[in-house]
Amino acid sequence: MKCIVCMTHVPDTASVIKIGADGKHIDESGIKWIVSPYDEYALEEALLLTESKGGEVTVVTYGPQRAEAGLRECLARGAHNAVHIVGGESTLGDSLAIAKVLAAALKDREHDVVLCGIKGVGTDNAQVGPMLAELLGLPHVSGVTKIEWSDASIVAHREVEGGYEVVESPLPAVITAQKGLNEPRYAALKGIMAAKRKPVEKLEVGALGLDESALAGVEATYSVRSLELPPAKEAGKIIQGEDDPKAAAAELVKLLADEAKVF
Amino acid sequence: MAGILVFIEQRDGSIRKGSLEALSEAKRQAAATGWPVAAVLAGEGVSGSAAGLGAYGASQVFVADDPNLKLYSAEGYSEAVAAAVEKVSPDAVFFSATAMGRDLAPRVAARLGVGALADVTGLSLDGDTFVATRPVYSAKAFATVDTAGKKPQVIGLRPNVFSAEESGGSAEVVNLDALSFSIRAVVKELVSSGGGEIDVAEADVIVSGGRGLKGPENFALMRELADLLGAAVGASRAAVDAGWIDHSHQVGQTGKVVSPSLYIACGISGAIQHLAGMSSSKIIVAINKDPDAPIFKVADYGVVGDLFHVVPAMIEEIKKIKGA
Ligand SMILES: Cc1cc2nc3c(=O)[nH]c(=O)nc-3n(C[C@H](O)[C@H](O)[C@H](O)COP(=O)(O)OP(=O)(O)OC[C@H]3O[C@@H](n4cnc5c(N)ncnc54)[C@H](O)[C@@H]3O)c2cc1C
Ligand SMILES: Nc1ncnc2c1ncn2[C@@H]1O[C@H](COP(=O)(O)O)[C@@H](O)[C@H]1O
Repeated sequence: MKCIVCMTHVPDTASVIKIGADGKHIDESGIKWIVSPYDEYALEEALLLTESKGGEVTVVTYGPQRAEAGLRECLARGAHNAVHIVGGESTLGDSLAIAKVLAAALKDREHDVVLCGIKGVGTDNAQVGPMLAELLGLPHVSGVTKIEWSDASIVAHREVEGGYEVVESPLPAVITAQKGLNEPRYAALKGIMAAKRKPVEKLEVGALGLDESALAGVEATYSVRSLELPPAKEAGKIIQGEDDPKAAAAELVKLLADEAKVF
Repeated sequence: MAGILVFIEQRDGSIRKGSLEALSEAKRQAAATGWPVAAVLAGEGVSGSAAGLGAYGASQVFVADDPNLKLYSAEGYSEAVAAAVEKVSPDAVFFSATAMGRDLAPRVAARLGVGALADVTGLSLDGDTFVATRPVYSAKAFATVDTAGKKPQVIGLRPNVFSAEESGGSAEVVNLDALSFSIRAVVKELVSSGGGEIDVAEADVIVSGGRGLKGPENFALMRELADLLGAAVGASRAAVDAGWIDHSHQVGQTGKVVSPSLYIACGISGAIQHLAGMSSSKIIVAINKDPDAPIFKVADYGVVGDLFHVVPAMIEEIKKIKGA
């Protein structure tokens, strides 16, 4: 099986977010960048699949120079190839533009399955996978928590409110991974050493044959007017209840009923 | 024509609340511009539900009624939405950002060659351009965004944030015939889990438990409070990873994003990844024995104390109020 994994390199989820000088991006100083957690599930699934059925895993990212570190991490865990489409803003959010770039890079590359994360942590868009599927003319299944693989098809569980859907799809298809699909492995020291010697293929966005009249070769479909920190929240009413939990509970319930009017 | 088209989600023929919220919001937004509001509904045997959408603001409802559309599929449903888009050439297409809406909206947008604004929590109009607010970086920041001049503007509205309201009115029902489907990814079955429990993603009240519960058996206490309030039971990842409760209950970055009117967090520290999933709740209540727990920073109300003493006492007090 030839597996493509789309990886996005994002600020560590525990990062403190500060707004950058332009008021539209984050201030990147002090940010630690990681492989987006859902992409780890996507990669793990591809690794497990090729370990059992043979084939190879190619990880693709579209992003600035630093995203190469994310590709190295994936190579260290066992991916066979890495493709870095260099470009784009450092904090991407234009899902269709990203999907167009990825589609252009993937269309002539053999693939039985394309795996994405359900969402990129940070943009929290959850859009690139289905958009990529549409552009590549493939079916997709998103938010997958379980997959049974056959040679030319899959049966997958897709998480929905109050349950799950059982979806059958032919391959090739685009899958987006949800937590629960598997337990991602860590990179072993041997893998980390080996990854240093594996090549990372570099592609320029301009060379993908997209509309070059627009910035970076892709027309914008999403624009950020401003980025702000959440408004400071007024301090809540916190009741000390260590000594008399019963009285504290009664006071809380009274506040919820009379002031917040929630019951 | 112009206006706003709203995708309406149904399950077993009943319209989902999030879709009524999206439709109501479309109606409110359209009031300023005088735009018409239309709806599109796909399924099998759903025509009967269509006319009722007039009450929420739709003047026209396009219905794709087909056995192939009985269960959701991105390919089939996007065909129906695209057909309705062709009919009304809308300025915007709204979805409710449910599991279905978040799957369908990007597929439709790519098909129409436009971007999409996902999981929006605030919306206004600047001329005929929608300006949306959406949480990013796990709700540690808010972005104000638009679709860079592209139309139709595809917008997903976070459930439970916009209100559903009947505005009175009636809708003309138009059948979308002659749709041709090639559905490759086929939903064979919709399996409900949890024996009909309310899903946290849809609940108006959530009682959530974390590692402070100490063990799976103590989720019974959460359930007791939840039952009393007609609430769903949520959980932190620590509780889920410990195997105390199923992942479908997890709230947060790698769980569900919720916006109930009341969120009660018991024995949950309030890690940033948990807050990412619940900080847009209207009223947040925290019960935690550590006065410095970060959950108290986002809480509207809280009790510093042992949940095993505080929660049973709360249950008694609420029973008194409810006269039970
Ligand atoms: C990539 C990533 C994604 C993540 N996604 C999620 C997610 O989706 N959802 C999520 O929740 N977490 C997520 N996490 C994990 C998160 O960082 C925290 O580890 C987790 O939320 C902690 O759960 P907790 O608050 O239940 O446990 P703890 O942090 O251990 O807190 C337990 C709390 O219970 C209190 N307590 C203990 N005993 C009592 C008592 N008797 N009475 C009252 N209070 C008591 C303690 O004071 C403490 O504050 C994620 C982490 C990462 C790295
Ligand atoms: N710049 C990118 N390069 C490669 N893959 C990406 C990129 N952005 C998003 N993806 C993929 O699309 C998924 C969803 O991202 P998003 O739509 O931004 O939430 C991610 O988990 C990745 O698998």
